[in-house]
Amino acid sequence: MEKSIIVSGFGGQGTLFAGQVLAYAALDAGKYVTWIPSYGPEMRGGTARCTVTISDEEIGSPLTRNPAIVLAMNLPSLDKYEPLMQPGGLMLANASLINRKMDRSDVRGIYIPAARMAEEIGNPRLANMIMVGAMLAAEEVLPLDVVKEALENHLPERHKKTLPMNFQAMDQGAAFVKDAIAA
Amino acid sequence: MVMEKVDLNLVYERPESLTETTTHYCPGCTHGTAHRLVAEVLDEMGIREKAIGVAPVGCSVFAYDYFNHDFVEAAHGRAPAMATGIKRVRPENTVYTYQGDGDLASIGMGEIVHAAIRGENITVIFINNAIYGMTGGQMAPTTLPGMKTTSSPLGRDVEIVGYPVRMAEMLATADGASYVVRQSLHDPAHVRKAKKAIRKAFEVQERGLGFSIVELLSACPTNWGLTPVEALHFVRDNMVPYFPLGDYKVIDEVAKLRV
Amino acid sequence: MAKELLKGNEAFAEAAVRAGVEGFFGYPITPASEFLEYMAKRMPALGRAFLQAESEIAAIHMVYGAACAGKRALTATSGPGLSLMSEALSYIAGTEVPAVVVNVMRGGPGLGNIAPSQSDYNQMVKGGGHGDYFPIVLAPATVQEAIDYITLAFDLADKYRSLVFIVVDGNLGQMMESAELPPMRELRKEPPEWAVYGAKDRDPNILTSIYIDPPDEEITNIRLLKRWMEIEKNEVRYKEYDLDDAEVAVVSFGVAGRVCSSAVKTAREEGIKVGLFRPITVAPFPFKQIEALSKRVKRILVVEMNTGQMLDDVKRAVGGRVPVEFYGRIGGVTPFPDEILDEIRRINESEDAIEDGMEKVQWLERLEERIARGE
Repeated sequence: MEKSIIVSGFGGQGTLFAGQVLAYAALDAGKYVTWIPSYGPEMRGGTARCTVTISDEEIGSPLTRNPAIVLAMNLPSLDKYEPLMQPGGLMLANASLINRKMDRSDVRGIYIPAARMAEEIGNPRLANMIMVGAMLAAEEVLPLDVVKEALENHLPERHKKTLPMNFQAMDQGAAFVKDAIAA
Repeated sequence: MVMEKVDLNLVYERPESLTETTTHYCPGCTHGTAHRLVAEVLDEMGIREKAIGVAPVGCSVFAYDYFNHDFVEAAHGRAPAMATGIKRVRPENTVYTYQGDGDLASIGMGEIVHAAIRGENITVIFINNAIYGMTGGQMAPTTLPGMKTTSSPLGRDVEIVGYPVRMAEMLATADGASYVVRQSLHDPAHVRKAKKAIRKAFEVQERGLGFSIVELLSACPTNWGLTPVEALHFVRDNMVPYFPLGDYKVIDEVAKLRV
Repeated sequence: MAKELLKGNEAFAEAAVRAGVEGFFGYPITPASEFLEYMAKRMPALGRAFLQAESEIAAIHMVYGAACAGKRALTATSGPGLSLMSEALSYIAGTEVPAVVVNVMRGGPGLGNIAPSQSDYNQMVKGGGHGDYFPIVLAPATVQEAIDYITLAFDLADKYRSLVFIVVDGNLGQMMESAELPPMRELRKEPPEWAVYGAKDRDPNILTSIYIDPPDEEITNIRLLKRWMEIEKNEVRYKEYDLDDAEVAVVSFGVAGRVCSSAVKTAREEGIKVGLFRPITVAPFPFKQIEALSKRVKRILVVEMNTGQMLDDVKRAVGGRVPVEFYGRIGGVTPFPDEILDEIRRINESEDAIEDGMEKVQWLERLEERIARGE
């Protein structure tokens, strides 16, 4: 099984770090993994994007045109990836900043007010971890506890005190999705 | 008349730091003098066995054939960078470059300036004869105003090609430079002063005091179209006034050195 | 040692450290700067030489000096820096001292851009500097391979007193991938006998690239060429995927090669008999292996992130035996696997002969259509 995940948003939304946490967790889970940022011309307009590929086998291309999962932190990301996603893929949209639903019906859409939820926890920068928690609940990619452990191991020392808040963000993201599925 | 019996003392011999060979330099060229001074200093300081020279591109390109110690041959102007690479991985060795004016002051201007700025712990012997010798007498960055060369046949016109560069003065402004001096090789008295400067420059390196450079005003009779004696007079009468001799930078630790 | 998630440039730098590099001299340039930054911390901590030079010209001459002093030395740069370094590269080759240079390739010509590219293939493989010389060029495709081949690069450089290039593109320099670093090697204790380290109890060592008498230079050129022939015999490296029963062969190096491996995998699932040949040494080039390959497949597709530079080498190996097609993305664009898959599907159906040179004309038509579609 090989899954390609794109985390995309404005610079400062923690998209690259969210991708790295997934990559570290994938490594800990014994998977092959690549993480590749968009750099160079793709950085125009302050967008920050990375592609994480997680696989049971050696990975060929670290980049994909048609991702299986997209974490769209802003509207331009949803606009860009909606037409490109694999049929049956999963789009997680940060509904706090994205005011529309997808037109495609062959892609699962989860609209989660990540920025608002993050502010409620006490830090708007936790939106990335809410999205990660939501994704892990919606799709079998990696176990949540492995991702949490990866975060604990790789969160920069100066941010260590925010670890409980980060965990809370992941849990709330996951809970949101479970509620949505149950409803 | 009674012949006095005297002990014959050997007063002059080939320094161990020079090889026993004939150089390719022209009659009256002062490269030979400069080579000998460097070699005598290496001998006197007992550092021949750890010396590594860096030869330039120019007339002294074959310097490595004349010095009896390890040598490398740099690309044109890059000797200070190459010397930096050597010195940084072998700080225990004595590393020096031997460069002409085209090499050091034209194509290698960037490398020499930055080596000085870094305070690179190397010694530079800079031969300024105001001309490109090896390529046949073209205008050098240090060619004097009005001086005729094969590429300034009407004489150096400063309105068109600009002015000679005074390297010692320029490098003295570098905070990293510890010892910057200009001497001349045009007569015995000055040759002795030049040797003293070379000795001091190597002492600076041996003590880890940083960048040292000795600029030596030199004669090129062949490309100047003068006899050897005329050429030495040309240095005295024309070059020394434009390139004044003396110490341009001597940091306190260097001033304390007794040479 | 266990696998870690390693960032390309930093992992390459650490691999060089563990291979025993004692001098790093560099100049900042995207997308290779992390190499320099990593070394700025790591080398002084180990008591080894690190210096940010005033230019790429100075940086490579410092490498040249350190190499002459008998120490393992390297620099890392990108195309524009490489152009400036060409002078010293030729001198290093002419002096026959070992040195390693990493080129994290970006889009060109000129200032170009900082995006991933393979457009320095000719510059690296065919020389770039003046005179007859033959650098070894290794083209890893994964972070692990880059780590492994940087270690190998130093060994090959020493063994053949040769210049060794590692060419990667910006993708590999910037990406993170699970990989394992080798253990730290002990530093060489004794200098090589040819190096300059002080002529104590021996005759002076002189390292130069001058052979003023043409007959001497001729002998030197013969020596260099014979050494290269030895390298060609011993050091060709490549990787094959699914080629056993293949009717279509893709030939591609570096990151383009791993993109192709994804496309080949999907095409196999569709039942297309396709495989991938990925040169790891692009110099010495696996001519014989590709010649042999051309005798058992019907068609070959060359994929590069340039306008078809390796293509010429592949065509030379194939010798007109089977049609050779080309697909490339250029200017800093990395192809996606679906583009290569489209090419494989098309080629699998095609029986047309291709007139020499037409493979590029046809490719450009297809590429421009693709660009027009917004891809």
